[in-house]
Amino acid sequence: MATTTVPGQLPERLTRIWETAPGLYGVLATVDHKTIGKRYLVTSMLFLLIGGADAAIMRLQLTHADAHIVSPETYNQLFSMHGITMIFWYAAPVLSGFSNYLWPLMLGARDMACPRANALSYWTFLMSGVFLYTSVLVGQVPDRGWFAYAPLTEAAFSPGLNMDFYAIGLTFLSVSTSVGAINFIVTLFKTRAPGLSVNRLPIFVWGTLTTSFAVILATPALTAACVLLYLDRRFGSHFYDPGRGGSALLWQHLFWSFAHPWVYIVVLPAMGMISDLIPTFCRRPLVGYTLVALATVSTGILGFGVWVHHMFATGLPATASSFFSAASMVITIPSAIAVFSWLATIWHGRPVFKTPMLFAAGFIVLFVVGGVSGVATAANAYDLQLTDTYFIVAHLHYVLIGINVFAVMAGFYFWLPKITGRMMSETLGKLNFWLMFLGFGVGFFPMHTLGLMGMPRRIYTYSSGFGWGWQNVWVTVGAYVFALGVVVFIVNFFWSLVFGEAAGANPWDAPTLEWAIPSPPPDYNFEHIPIVASRHPLWEDRLDEGTGRTVFDGPVLDRKRDTFGTTPLDAEPQEILRMPEDTVWPFVVSLSILVIAYGLLFGLMWLAIVGTVGLFIAIIGWLLPSHEPTASPVET
Amino acid sequence: MQSGMNILTSSGPVAAAQARLGWWLMIVSVLVILVVGILVLVGAFRSDDGDRRAIDRRGGGIKWIVVGGIIVPAIILVLTLSFTVATEVATAAPPADPSVTIEVIGHRWWWEVKYAGAPAHTVVTANEIHIPVGAPVRVQLSSADVIHSFWIPQLAGKTDVIPGQRNVMWLQANKAGIYRGACTEYCGLQHANMAAFVVAETPAAFRQWLQTQADSAATPTDPDAVVGLGVFQRSACGACHAIRGSEALGHVGPELTHLASRMTIAAGALENTRGNLAGWIANSQAIKPGNDMPVMALRPADLQALVAYLETLK
Repeated sequence: MATTTVPGQLPERLTRIWETAPGLYGVLATVDHKTIGKRYLVTSMLFLLIGGADAAIMRLQLTHADAHIVSPETYNQLFSMHGITMIFWYAAPVLSGFSNYLWPLMLGARDMACPRANALSYWTFLMSGVFLYTSVLVGQVPDRGWFAYAPLTEAAFSPGLNMDFYAIGLTFLSVSTSVGAINFIVTLFKTRAPGLSVNRLPIFVWGTLTTSFAVILATPALTAACVLLYLDRRFGSHFYDPGRGGSALLWQHLFWSFAHPWVYIVVLPAMGMISDLIPTFCRRPLVGYTLVALATVSTGILGFGVWVHHMFATGLPATASSFFSAASMVITIPSAIAVFSWLATIWHGRPVFKTPMLFAAGFIVLFVVGGVSGVATAANAYDLQLTDTYFIVAHLHYVLIGINVFAVMAGFYFWLPKITGRMMSETLGKLNFWLMFLGFGVGFFPMHTLGLMGMPRRIYTYSSGFGWGWQNVWVTVGAYVFALGVVVFIVNFFWSLVFGEAAGANPWDAPTLEWAIPSPPPDYNFEHIPIVASRHPLWEDRLDEGTGRTVFDGPVLDRKRDTFGTTPLDAEPQEILRMPEDTVWPFVVSLSILVIAYGLLFGLMWLAIVGTVGLFIAIIGWLLPSHEPTASPVET
Repeated sequence: MQSGMNILTSSGPVAAAQARLGWWLMIVSVLVILVVGILVLVGAFRSDDGDRRAIDRRGGGIKWIVVGGIIVPAIILVLTLSFTVATEVATAAPPADPSVTIEVIGHRWWWEVKYAGAPAHTVVTANEIHIPVGAPVRVQLSSADVIHSFWIPQLAGKTDVIPGQRNVMWLQANKAGIYRGACTEYCGLQHANMAAFVVAETPAAFRQWLQTQADSAATPTDPDAVVGLGVFQRSACGACHAIRGSEALGHVGPELTHLASRMTIAAGALENTRGNLAGWIANSQAIKPGNDMPVMALRPADLQALVAYLETLK
């Protein structure tokens, strides 16, 4: 099958085919999923640090009653930007980073199915973030919360550009998330290695696949909400203006029918990462693989039927409200299936507590705390007391830090050796875990009791006399200890780059395909495209699954940038796909959208038109056909 | 005398039913966390000296998922959901038709309170809601601007106050006292300073209060207060504030007819004392930045006279 057209030894030939051009051109034109994945990870972690800094200032203001560290205006901007940054520009993109980097390696492919779209999704992510933070430079920062309830966001109550940054910025970002999601779906159903049927996929892949469908179905609601808001603010429409026939609750329905699925979007891939690394450290396959995969998909589906539990206090009839209460509680079952699959894997395995496993164990505990407090908020009658208090702040941080950040930390300790080729320090890793775990407990657990004691959310100050004082001191201390843990992680990362011992291909003796290739992986990922025989290709010598042995010295595909196109379910080879070369057009498309965004923001129509012209030119450039076939049938 | 805001120490039937559900959820939650926490901890400390390269697939784990992941949570959820729906139904409507209906209107950042029906149809006050103890009270909620949420934790859970929509809730206090509440939907700059108070008193005291509030303001006789009334008129306070029985008819800010009878000013931001009132008038923007009240540049003597007048509005 391998017709040699490029001279030289195989690795050199493949490198020459797949490497990115040097210099600035290469920086802007690369379509390598590993480079894009790393950029996603670094950029989203920078947003995590920025969002964390927002929170650090907020906690200073809230440590004592009647404090005057920041003005109410600044505080409202801080809590808004903290939420917006963390939820939109950190929590989902960081998982996209892992998926972008790892998917082709896990799937035995040489790149994502749509490498140029992949580049586009990163550039739009970066530039929408730059756009959002321009608000800080012009001093008109979004200040209506990440949830931005109308009509408070209407021009009458929010003059200035603050909420225009929000409406346009999120619309811009939704280009990135949609393009990325489509790419994951196509990649999954088209470019897996031969033999990697869907019942052999890592759970992490199931998680990202589920969230990709959720993104495509949920994001239009947010985009619609933001476009209507922009029309109200700039063109005098009245979608959210009850005085002129609009509806204040329209925003909430649109927003939450997006934002509740989004919660699962930022946790399902993270749960998948945990499902994949626990077996490695327990020296056995995951217990109940099929149930966990089904639980992942069903959580994604159920996640679309529960948005009204954010709106129990809006005056719904008891029947409607109770329906959404029941629907929300049902989600507990797939979550419990996942938890007991992890527990069973630990108890029926032989656990080794390296740093990634420590984070995974901490993750399980925090997952359960966030889960049961979620059941409490799903009980509509009781939620009327809990909603908009610090109990909710506690709950959502157990979910978002517990299930997202702890899994991301576990993922970094597990996969960074693959990415950098260097092991991280176990000593610093354990220090990192305990600082984060204890800091989190000290800082965030008291928020539950603060909520029960009646402390409302989103208040820049409070008076003494409610018994909230000392607990707020704990919260601040805990949050800073947690932040110290993040600092230790950063130190450990740079330590590993300089002093870390070489990782080798498979430092953890893990079972999946990404560990079959050197660390860091070469430009072309796999010298030979593997032909997969089981769910655990690297454990086949010790784990007889009765499906034969994975072939690691099979086809090489070294004519040009080629990878296999396979059938959607069974991954039978169908064709050889010719992958695109480096191109700057995705960058130019993103830059053009950025120009349009600034044009719409400042009301400069000529600027928006310049951006639109640029966008059209870039799209034409992108779509110009090359003179080569994009796919050829497999000769068998 | 004034209550805290703890939702588990309730003083009314709605909040009490919600708190019972809350205790159930809390106990179940703690048990689940303990069980899983112990399983993780004990699982972690099981020592293993075996061959690290060995991989095996010991069976039996699927039972864990069936029992721990499906059967047990399903039982807990059915019980919890039944308890929840029962609580929701029990608290949805009052046991008897309320004899008192109060209209509460959310403003940025204070609460306007109106008492409907004779003989008190003229009673309008702010931030303090007097109710008779031991009887259900209907509260009709509407908004003058953005979304707020009305919450008196020890009496009842939250109901949103939404422009273009009239939400109705009910509450009842089982014992006399002052119950503190707050706006709990973020409504802008001074969302933090938007407290509400429910004052529950005996039916007789409540009727007496309503009668007093229905009276128009008396014309001042004290010389200081007479000067103060002049300052009030000259400074155009009446453009925003109403005082029944005077020429002041404004409806931007709270009605002041019985200002001196209230415990606090500026929606709970300050105690209603002479000094605070003077400070508020002179520079409310320093106390509650962004509120609609302009800074009043008054001479000290005029300010004192104005406060003396306002103090007569009992």
